Amino acid sequence: MHAAEITDPPAGPPEEAEPGDIILSARGITVGFGSKIILKDLDLDIRQGEILGFVGGSGTGKSVLMRAILGLVPRRAGRINVFGYDLETATAAQRQSIERRWGVLFQQGALFSSLTVRQNIQLPMREHLKLSQKLMDELASLKLELVGLPQDAGHKYPSELSGGMIKRASLARALALDPDLVFLDEPTSGLDPIGAAAFDMLTESLSRTLGLTVYMVTHDLDSLHSICDRIAVLGQKKVLAIGSIDDMMSNDDPWIKSYFRGERALRRT
Amino acid sequence: MAFLEKNTPPAFRIDARSPDHQILCLSGDWTVSTLAAAEKLVNTIKLDRKLTSVQVDDIGMLDTSGAWLVHRLRAALEFEGQRVDIVGADAERESLFSQIEQHHPPRWRPETTSFSILGFLELTGRQVVEVGKDSLRMLHILGSLGAVLSTVLLHPKRLRGIAIAVQFDKTCIGAVPIVALMSFLIGAIISQQGGFYLRQFGADIFVVDLAGILVLREIGVILTAIMVAGRSGSAFTAELGAMRMQEEVDALQVIGLNVTEVLVLPRIVALMIALPILTFIANLSALFGAGLTTWAYLDIPPAAYLNQLQAAITLETLLVGIVKAPFMALIIGVIACVEGLKVGGSAESLGHHTTMSVVKAIFLVIVVDGLFAIFFAAIGI
Repeated sequence: MHAAEITDPPAGPPEEAEPGDIILSARGITVGFGSKIILKDLDLDIRQGEILGFVGGSGTGKSVLMRAILGLVPRRAGRINVFGYDLETATAAQRQSIERRWGVLFQQGALFSSLTVRQNIQLPMREHLKLSQKLMDELASLKLELVGLPQDAGHKYPSELSGGMIKRASLARALALDPDLVFLDEPTSGLDPIGAAAFDMLTESLSRTLGLTVYMVTHDLDSLHSICDRIAVLGQKKVLAIGSIDDMMSNDDPWIKSYFRGERALRRT
Repeated sequence: MAFLEKNTPPAFRIDARSPDHQILCLSGDWTVSTLAAAEKLVNTIKLDRKLTSVQVDDIGMLDTSGAWLVHRLRAALEFEGQRVDIVGADAERESLFSQIEQHHPPRWRPETTSFSILGFLELTGRQVVEVGKDSLRMLHILGSLGAVLSTVLLHPKRLRGIAIAVQFDKTCIGAVPIVALMSFLIGAIISQQGGFYLRQFGADIFVVDLAGILVLREIGVILTAIMVAGRSGSAFTAELGAMRMQEEVDALQVIGLNVTEVLVLPRIVALMIALPILTFIANLSALFGAGLTTWAYLDIPPAAYLNQLQAAITLETLLVGIVKAPFMALIIGVIACVEGLKVGGSAESLGHHTTMSVVKAIFLVIVVDGLFAIFFAAIGI
């Protein structure tokens, strides 16, 4: 699905009318720094409730695309439509309610270093909602348990946590407002295989029970195989291919072939 | 798409079925956006029969926060000995509730901070210990500085000339305009204020002596040191602190480099060269300011000003000021580096130590200046 022909964003699923609305659609995204163009005329759709894995070589702009969607990197052209609202024409209030409905797990965790984990989780609640302290504490402890952290981790500062715990705590913060869409930037990088598998299971079970849509940038072939509903491959400044893992395995593009059927990939089995 | 439409507020209805059985029908949206209203609502629900069925199929949207409230209500009722079951949940909600049921949070206690005399004493004790540790750290840096300095003296090639030059450029050349401007103003203010006062006695020419001695012996060096502590001391602390947060200091150590030699020595050496030069510039600038003011306000022409100045001050007066500068630079540099290397993992700690670095440096600079004054008085200079 090269999807270059679509110009009308909220039209719904262009092909393959599967269940699940399109909650995020990007059209003609162009991003560049200086004279270097990173992404050019990129189109992408994310469907409600799916786990979309995003792969691509280092430096092809996976994180840049995520940051462009989040509005952290300015884009030169293109339209992004989230939850039915065009990010460009959304009013400040709409923009805020969009931001309340997505959560982000940054590559390095990006926990606030001067707040404890509990305070980190409560920060979005405190800023956006007026809840009693009791309820916020209970919700924070619920989120901690959801992401598999022990209760005493709530009182620790980010600098006292291990890498895996930082990822989990950061996920707990991303889930604080029960978002519909979460962005995970390399969630399993730096975790041991057991921790990575547990994180994958966690992502999958959250996605199933909470109806969460997951946009996951990853290099982890195991995650791609085990939990991703669809996989998008970024290359040559656009989405090279998008589809299930079986589509990827049968794709003949040389880069995709070497990624999914290369020596390292085959050694898995 | 139903994503961003207005929430319907949560609501409930109680249907009594039999004297022992009642049905609690929940409706509306039970999500994080309506949670504050939902919590208030839950607190008003009064259920007093033995068996309660909570009907959830009228709920529009439900997420973990809403499900937690329902679960909390249920748990509270069950704690009082009633029987509660949740009916009408589809498969998705069933799994959401079963996930939440597995969660057993610790009993909630509001965080209380109470003031007690014991806590105050404990804090004081801790701070005293911290002061002791701090002095030890400063001695440690001074000691390792001495050790590094002696190796550098034996092997001059290990002196990092470029690093020193870079630091010198930042701490000295960059500071010249502000130091000169500040001293100019201070010199002008001193001579204006002093001049008006001395004029009452017809002794206005002696304002030149006042300004000359005051500036050269004390004001020039101390104001420059304070300015440098605020400008370069804070920068050193922030640089070293940020490097510590990013594990760069650890990386240096692992590569086999001496942190004192690579990071601390160039900064302190550059500062010790810079501060006397800056003090000299400050002195000139302050005397220039004083000269202009006396000319403008007291009608002392520049030639008379210079004559009087020559009679009032000697080379010794200048040196008394300048000789203090390297010591002050050492204090500022050592404190800045100690505080920088103490920075922990958080952004807050970086800010705290930068503040402490400047505060301590300025305080010690003034204390040391007082000690010098006593010392010079004792040896009769």
